[in-house]
Amino acid sequence: MESIGVLMPYPTFPYLEHHLQSRFNLLRASTNYTTSIRAAVVNAVHGADANFIDALPMLEIVCIYGIGLDKIDLRKCAERGIRVTNTPDVITDETADVAMALIISLLRRLCQCDLYVRSGNWKRQGSFPLTTKFSGKTVGILGLGRIGKAVAKRAEAFNCKICYHSRTVKTECGSYKFYPSVVELASNCDILVVACSLTVETHYIINRDVMNALGPKGVLINVGRGKHVDEAELVSALIEGRLGGAGLDVFHDEPDVSQELFGLDNVVLLPHIGSATVETRTAMADLVLANLEAHFLAKPLVTPVL
Amino acid sequence: MEEEKEVEPPQQPNHHNQDLPQVLVLGSPTCLQTLKQLYSHKFRFLIPNTSLHSLSAPLSSISVVICSASFPLTASVIGLLPSLRLVVTTSAGTDHIDLNECRCRGIQIAGAGKFFSDEVADMAVGLLIDVMRKVSAADRFVRTSCESATWSFPLGYKVSGKRIGIVGLGSIGMEVAKRLECFGCNILYHSKHKKSTVPYPFYNNVLDLAATSNALVLCCALNEETRHMVNREVMLALGKEGFIVNVGRGGLIDEKQLVKCLMDGEIGGAALDVFEDEPNVPKELLSMDNVVLTPHCAAFTTECIIKLCEVVARNIEAFLSDMPLITQVNIG
Repeated sequence: MESIGVLMPYPTFPYLEHHLQSRFNLLRASTNYTTSIRAAVVNAVHGADANFIDALPMLEIVCIYGIGLDKIDLRKCAERGIRVTNTPDVITDETADVAMALIISLLRRLCQCDLYVRSGNWKRQGSFPLTTKFSGKTVGILGLGRIGKAVAKRAEAFNCKICYHSRTVKTECGSYKFYPSVVELASNCDILVVACSLTVETHYIINRDVMNALGPKGVLINVGRGKHVDEAELVSALIEGRLGGAGLDVFHDEPDVSQELFGLDNVVLLPHIGSATVETRTAMADLVLANLEAHFLAKPLVTPVL
Repeated sequence: MEEEKEVEPPQQPNHHNQDLPQVLVLGSPTCLQTLKQLYSHKFRFLIPNTSLHSLSAPLSSISVVICSASFPLTASVIGLLPSLRLVVTTSAGTDHIDLNECRCRGIQIAGAGKFFSDEVADMAVGLLIDVMRKVSAADRFVRTSCESATWSFPLGYKVSGKRIGIVGLGSIGMEVAKRLECFGCNILYHSKHKKSTVPYPFYNNVLDLAATSNALVLCCALNEETRHMVNREVMLALGKEGFIVNVGRGGLIDEKQLVKCLMDGEIGGAALDVFEDEPNVPKELLSMDNVVLTPHCAAFTTECIIKLCEVVARNIEAFLSDMPLITQVNIG
């Protein structure tokens, strides 16, 4: 397969690049080689839009090194008969772990505690102020897919009550209370975790009404996509005290983050590290390689989306 | 007092302050403010300004002491209190109290019992994820990163599914285990004695536990056997991708060796809520990105403080009524 052109327009992971290089003809820019490119390995952040796909007439398969599909022009791919794969499941646990880290860091103010010690304030000012207990709180999950369920399972171990809103009621999760709207979910939980996929319907699903419903003692955790949250509204809700706090792994326009958030004490801000572990990146890379091999050997794809 | 039986105005809780049972408070416990707010109508709290001798009340009249974890209740201090009968500590640990001296004097001890377990377990798990996934380092990175096209932040290590060695499987250790099980972690433990009722594999020494674990979570008490139990050998066994979380006592770890191992990259990282000489923290740690440092606050939430004050008050009331203590510490 060494002659098959595989385009990787953005760097991914050295392990993946190394293997792609040894097994295929890895190209990092498409300009002169458009007719030999039969596969593209893209990440979920940059995706593959119509222009990208149109520029590659021989493209047969797009392998997403990631899970999000919101930046892939799936309709175009379907029209052209281009297969699409992603890397689900391998990032489920990691992302759920980060959601839990955001909750505990936010409620127990771990980042501020750490700064308190590093700055010498523990010596100068004595005990750190009291923080908020996590165990026993009510966790509301928006989107009870793989990641949502993984968050629920972890939160239950902290004696939390679980409630959720999803497109459909999940009968297999009978012990979790379903709310038919996001506002009702927000009104009835202490911690709202966004774990759904980004679609036209879920764009800005966390709006002013939801934030007001969550309230001055409620906190928002986002491990979905930045565009799930109306970020400008979020900033004003936090500054005005209408929302108690926010733990964010994703933002509207990464890596740009609303500057006003930097001055706030009741936020935790992470640079989209939901799947950023050595183990997961390796597993994601292995899935990409497995899907590529399967396609070019005319075998069933491992994790097809299309 | 018996001569004039006037009707007392109900809004003066301190009217008979002088008659209330005296309670000497040592070590500025975090719950002191709340304790005074809630219970000044039941107890007269005596708080020394500087030394014990600065107290207005005679030391010989003190029978009840509330003591925080930061106050060493040594034999010589106990010697200054000839009438001391009850010590209520606001911590779960008793390593700051001379238990031998108390035993000899017949002094009862009440601890904070298992009231902290949830809070401390929550913090232990938060610290573990933080140090393995570099959460607080990542937050600092976002707040200070310059404008660029993409974020470039180092990868962390997965927590779910890892082998976690818990040192000390008391109520806090069990709560940590219960939480991490739901992260798909394999729980292993070392404790003074094997617990026949738990399903987790037991290791009879910390070295073997460290050799087979991805992370150690220290939840045990500090005493002569456990002092510096996490030494250089244990840290080398844990390895370059191994992590330590300490919510027990600073003295469980050889702190000098910890610093050296961290500086030499012999262990992956450490998350510490406790230190050998609080509030002093080895300066080398203050600039490391693979450590998380918190100011001994794993137990302290607003919810917990109120409960703690209740436990303290109920123990004192039980003592004064000659009833069994609520959270008696068995000192043999």
